Amino acid sequence: MSYHLETAEHPETLRRVAIDPVSRVEGHGKVTLLLDEANKVQQVRLHIVEFRGFEKFIQGRPYWEVPVMVQRLCGICPVSHHLAAAKAMDAIVGAKRLTPTAEKVRRLMHYGQILQSHALHFFHLCSPDLLFGFGSDVGQRNIVGVAARHPETARRGVLIRKFGQEAIRITAGKRIHGTGAIPGGVNKSLSVEERDFLLKDAYQIVAWCRDAVRLARELHETDPALYNSFGIFRSHFMSLIGANGALDLYDGKLRARDDQGAIYFDDVAQSDYEKYIQEEVKPWSYMKFPYFRTLGNEHGWYKVGPLARVQNCDSMPTPLADAERREFIDYAGGSPMHAALGYHWARMIEMLHAAETIKDLLHDPDLLGSELMASGERGFEGFGMIEAPRGTLIHHYRVDENDLVSMCNLIVSTTHNNQAMNEAIRHVARRYLHGREITEGLLNHIEVAIRAFDPCLSCATHALGKMPLVVELRDAGGELVHQLSRNA
Amino acid sequence: MSAPAKKKLRVATTSLAGCFGCHMSFLDIDERLFDLVELIEFDRSPLTDIKEVGECDLGIIEGGLCNAENVHILREFRARCKKLVAIGACAVNGGLPAQRNHLKLAEILEEVYHTSPGIAQGLIPNDPELPLPLNKVHPLHEVVKIDWFIPGCPPSGDAIWKALTDIVAGRDPELGFGLLHYD
Ligand code: SF4
Repeated sequence: MSYHLETAEHPETLRRVAIDPVSRVEGHGKVTLLLDEANKVQQVRLHIVEFRGFEKFIQGRPYWEVPVMVQRLCGICPVSHHLAAAKAMDAIVGAKRLTPTAEKVRRLMHYGQILQSHALHFFHLCSPDLLFGFGSDVGQRNIVGVAARHPETARRGVLIRKFGQEAIRITAGKRIHGTGAIPGGVNKSLSVEERDFLLKDAYQIVAWCRDAVRLARELHETDPALYNSFGIFRSHFMSLIGANGALDLYDGKLRARDDQGAIYFDDVAQSDYEKYIQEEVKPWSYMKFPYFRTLGNEHGWYKVGPLARVQNCDSMPTPLADAERREFIDYAGGSPMHAALGYHWARMIEMLHAAETIKDLLHDPDLLGSELMASGERGFEGFGMIEAPRGTLIHHYRVDENDLVSMCNLIVSTTHNNQAMNEAIRHVARRYLHGREITEGLLNHIEVAIRAFDPCLSCATHALGKMPLVVELRDAGGELVHQLSRNA
Repeated sequence: MSAPAKKKLRVATTSLAGCFGCHMSFLDIDERLFDLVELIEFDRSPLTDIKEVGECDLGIIEGGLCNAENVHILREFRARCKKLVAIGACAVNGGLPAQRNHLKLAEILEEVYHTSPGIAQGLIPNDPELPLPLNKVHPLHEVVKIDWFIPGCPPSGDAIWKALTDIVAGRDPELGFGLLHYD
């Protein structure tokens, strides 16, 4: 129904409306709508408008720098990039198996990351829409507004995030862009004091996360007509799956289900990702569009992230989260939920799982161990995959005999969701904006759909593009500082 | 309604060619956020839905300049904010994105959109909706006057808190030992 809204036939005759920048998401994106004279929506696109070129400029750097450098792609989930790169580089130093201490310290860091990022998304960025209404007063629609009208909710959001950030600080040395993981292991374990520092708040955080799941669930139950259909896009799902079909956000093999929930592929080794995933480039976005090779770019679209993971696994390995997962599956009623706002509920279930996992890990004496590093036969290619807060993150490197990176390919979480986000906003535009006078509140509906996916638009800008024009940049004195490229 | 005792400082923030880590570090002031909003109010920021920067007392900018739109936004901030702060390595000296500066734009594009593995059919995005990339990434002070620089990648939440409370109190921000760092 909405697929044709990707490209209008005669764009030159249409009126352009832009949402620029998309706010309360991380990173840099904009949405353009083209409308005819009756305000009928003819084209809707989410553009990723920035570039980095990381895959190119990382080449020639020594492999051990990569886990530290790569996190500067994204300040919201730096740990995911840090760990995905470190996992890939484990293969370069031949560390087939990490020491138990290293593996668990990394897991603690990662689940701290999931916890803080999910809290940030739900409370700081999305709760204003969900609590006040999508078209509510623009001046109130932010975390400061939530703090004024729902102080306890805002306070808990801030403190849950803080706890996750502290778990990261203790394992990585800094809250943002730390250095904990190194190829073959980690550079520190926990002291008893550090462990106890986290442990004293861990139970409270679990309890608050449980309340947050209830809040997300109540939102669905209060307005099922909205929540069960807003921004819906039926597609396949994909995520990493751990042992015995259980959710594992740190490691696993790839599994995909079709839109009805039947398994499409399973048990796919991380090193085989290229056999399954292909990417398409469209001229209007720097972000690529990945799809399953076997289905092609007409039908091979898929979703990743919390909504995919919670429905893709067979169980969650912590009891409170698993009970919530089952209720979620029951609520969806036998076939998978595809509605965009379902992401929030699924995200809160994962946040609870992250809190429980952290609490359990803190009781594990291995966290205090001193065996930090493993090594083995030198390798030349590494694959590092992890379930980042927004979905499957793929890092793939080759390293030459001089220890320098010779190839790098990244598929970040948000990129997998590129088509799904575009389809979701087309669906919303069709339903809420079509033929109506465009208002700020209506435009916010489009942004609500984007926010549901947790777009990490910052990560998604690592690729680079150019325009066939020339523009000159002059400083205040009229001096030419810089000239923009014509075909570079 | 009675008038508020003291006028709040109006603050706009934006992320140009940065990773959002500096904004995240801003949020690392944790519960102090609730104290801060007694002293400041947000204008355009990734945390609010205000899309155009208004007349502000302070503009906080993360990230350097990597495309024409970054330059445009920076100039708007300069025109409408009484004081500008460059926050973090990217804003201060280009940071990680500037690591592409020794390469030709064309080579990077080739790599990312033609030769990288798994691409169906190569194509370099060229739609007019996409802003022009600059050949090199530039720090902010090469284009407009910057009043204060806060280094770090990112500066810690404590450093940001100290800088902001200094500014609110009418002082030049001073980080000092322990808060001033470059990593
Ligand atoms: S200075 Fe560091 S944390 Fe800040 S935007 Fe740049 S890379 Fe991110």
